[in-house]
Amino acid sequence: MMRFDSALGLESRRGPLATTLKVLVYAFMVIIFTGPLVGLLVSAFSKTLDPTRFTLWPDDFTLENFVQAGNKNVYHYLFNSFVVVGFGLLLQMLVSVFAAYALARKKFRGMAFVMLIMLATMMLPEEIIAIPLSLVLADMPIIHADLIGTYAGMILPVGAWGFSILVMTEFMKEVPVELEEAARIDGAGELRIFFGIILPLCRPALGVIGVFGFTMIWDQYLLPLIVAPESSMWTLPIALRSLRSDEEVGIGVLLAASLLALLPSIIAFLAFQRQFMRGLTSGAIKG
Amino acid sequence: MTPTLTQARSRTETPRRRPKRMRRRGTLIAWAFLSPALLLFLFFKFIPMFEGLRMSFFEVRYVGDRWVGLDNYATIMTDDAFVSAIWHSIVLALGTTAGSLVLGLLFALLIEGPARYLWFIRTAAFLPVVTTMAAVAEVWRIMYHPADSGMINTILGWISLDPQPFLASEHSSLLSIMGMSIWRGTPYDMMIFLAGLVGVDRTLYEAAAVDGATTWHRLRHITLPALRPVFWILFTLAAIRGIRVFVEVYVLTNGGPNGSTEVLMTLIYKLGFQKGDLGTASAGGIVLFAVTLLLTVLTQVMRRRQNA
Repeated sequence: MMRFDSALGLESRRGPLATTLKVLVYAFMVIIFTGPLVGLLVSAFSKTLDPTRFTLWPDDFTLENFVQAGNKNVYHYLFNSFVVVGFGLLLQMLVSVFAAYALARKKFRGMAFVMLIMLATMMLPEEIIAIPLSLVLADMPIIHADLIGTYAGMILPVGAWGFSILVMTEFMKEVPVELEEAARIDGAGELRIFFGIILPLCRPALGVIGVFGFTMIWDQYLLPLIVAPESSMWTLPIALRSLRSDEEVGIGVLLAASLLALLPSIIAFLAFQRQFMRGLTSGAIKG
Repeated sequence: MTPTLTQARSRTETPRRRPKRMRRRGTLIAWAFLSPALLLFLFFKFIPMFEGLRMSFFEVRYVGDRWVGLDNYATIMTDDAFVSAIWHSIVLALGTTAGSLVLGLLFALLIEGPARYLWFIRTAAFLPVVTTMAAVAEVWRIMYHPADSGMINTILGWISLDPQPFLASEHSSLLSIMGMSIWRGTPYDMMIFLAGLVGVDRTLYEAAAVDGATTWHRLRHITLPALRPVFWILFTLAAIRGIRVFVEVYVLTNGGPNGSTEVLMTLIYKLGFQKGDLGTASAGGIVLFAVTLLLTVLTQVMRRRQNA
C-alpha cells in the first residue's frame, strides 16, 4: 500500500533516476531564490570596480567596500534605520497590544465600528495617501507641528498597523476568562491584569507581531522618501540610490550598503522563523 | 403581571449581568486602550485620505486652493502619460500575479512533504520575501546589466542565447521588472499553497489510488479543487499589491526608458513631489484607490460565481 504524504507522492519514488531529478529540481530552486543574495554577499567582499562585476565566486577578498561605505555616510544611514525601526517597533507593538486588549477582552458599544476601521486601514494602501500624507506631516492638524525631516515623522505613521492589532486580538481571545476574573476578585486593577496576566500569556503572539513589524518598518521606502528630504535623515534603503557609483570602488559601496540593508530582516526572519510562518498563514487565510 | 415579575427576579438573581455603572466603566476603559491606535489611524490614514479626496477637486496653491471640480480627473483620463501608466500598472500587476501563482503552485507541489531537507529548501526559497525591496532591486539592476558581461547575460551565454538589453530597452523593460517581482512573489505564494496543501484530506488520495487514478487525476480532481479558496485569496492580495507597485519601478528604471515602465505610482510621485501639481497627483491617488477597489470587488464576484 502506498502512503500519500503529498499530492504528487514524490517522497515514495526512490529510484536512481527519480532521486537525480529531485536533487536537480531542489538545487535549481535553491540557486534561483538564493543566488542573487549569495552573489551580493560574495561581491560585497570582492574588488568590484567594474559595474557589471557580480560574482558567485569569491576572489580578491577585501573590506575596502565597507571602509569606503563609511566615507559615504552609510553607517549614519544605518543608524537612522535602526532608530526608526527601534522606536517604531516599540510603539507599534505597544499600540497593538493595547488595542487588542480592548477588542478581545471587552464588550463595548461601537466595537463593530472599530473593527471596520481596522479592516479599512488594511484595505487602504499607503501609496495612495502618500501625497496628502506629506502635507499632513508638514503641518499636523490641531497641534500644528512640522514632522518633515524628523524621526517622529517616520515613526508615528507606522505606529498603528491593522495586521498586528488583528493578529494580537485573535490570540488574546484565547486567554481563559477565569484567570482574569480571579485576579479581579483579588482586587487587581486594569493595568495590573493587562501587564501581569494577559501580556505574559501572549508572548508567542508578541514574537509574531514583532518579527512582522520589524520587516514591515525596515522595508519602508515611500514614507522616509517623503519625510526626509535632507540626506542627514535618510534611512539606508532610500540612501542606496545615491550610492550607485563611486570613483574609488565602483559599485562596491552600493553592494556593501545593500548587504547591510538586507541582513537585519534576513536575520530577523531566520531567528523567528516559526513565528513568521504562523503569522504568514494566519494573516493570509483570514485575509 | 407575571412576566414582569419573573423578569425582575431574574435580573437580581443573575450576577452575570453587571450593573450599568460597571459596564459604562468597561466601555470607558476599552476606548482608553483603543485610543492610541485610533488617534494614529486618524492622523496618518483617515485625515490624509480625506485631504487627498478634497485636493483632487482643487488646484492646490500656496495661497488659497482653487475649486476646479472634475478638471483634475479629466486631465488624468485624457493625458496619454496617465493612460499608459494605468495600462502598465495593470499589465505589471496581472503578469506578476499570474507568474507568481503558477510558479508558486508548481514549487509548492514539488517540495510538499514532511522531510527535514524539504524544510531547509523552503526556508532558503523563502528568503526573497523578507528581503528589503530597495536593496534587492539594486542587486537585480546590476544583474540585469545590458552588456555581454552582465550576470544574467553571462548565464544566457552559457546556454548560447543572445545577450538581452533588459531594462535598457523599452521593449523588454516592463518584462524585466516583472521578472524580478515574480522572483520575489513566488516564494510567498508557494508558502501559502503549502499551508493549503496540508489541509487536503489524505484519505481522498488513498481512495483515489484504490480506484486506480493517475497522479494527474489526483491533482486535477482532489488537490486543485481543495486549493481554490487559497488561490483566490492569493490572487486578490497579489493583484492589489501589484497595481500599487512603486519601489521596484522607482529603483530599477524610474519609469524609463522613454516612459515604457511608467506606472501610476511613479507618475503620481513625480507629479506631486517634483512638479508640485498636488491636485492632479491626488486625483491620481483616488483613481488608484478606485482601481484597487474595483479589482477586489471583481475577484470577489468571480469567486462567488465559481463557487455557486
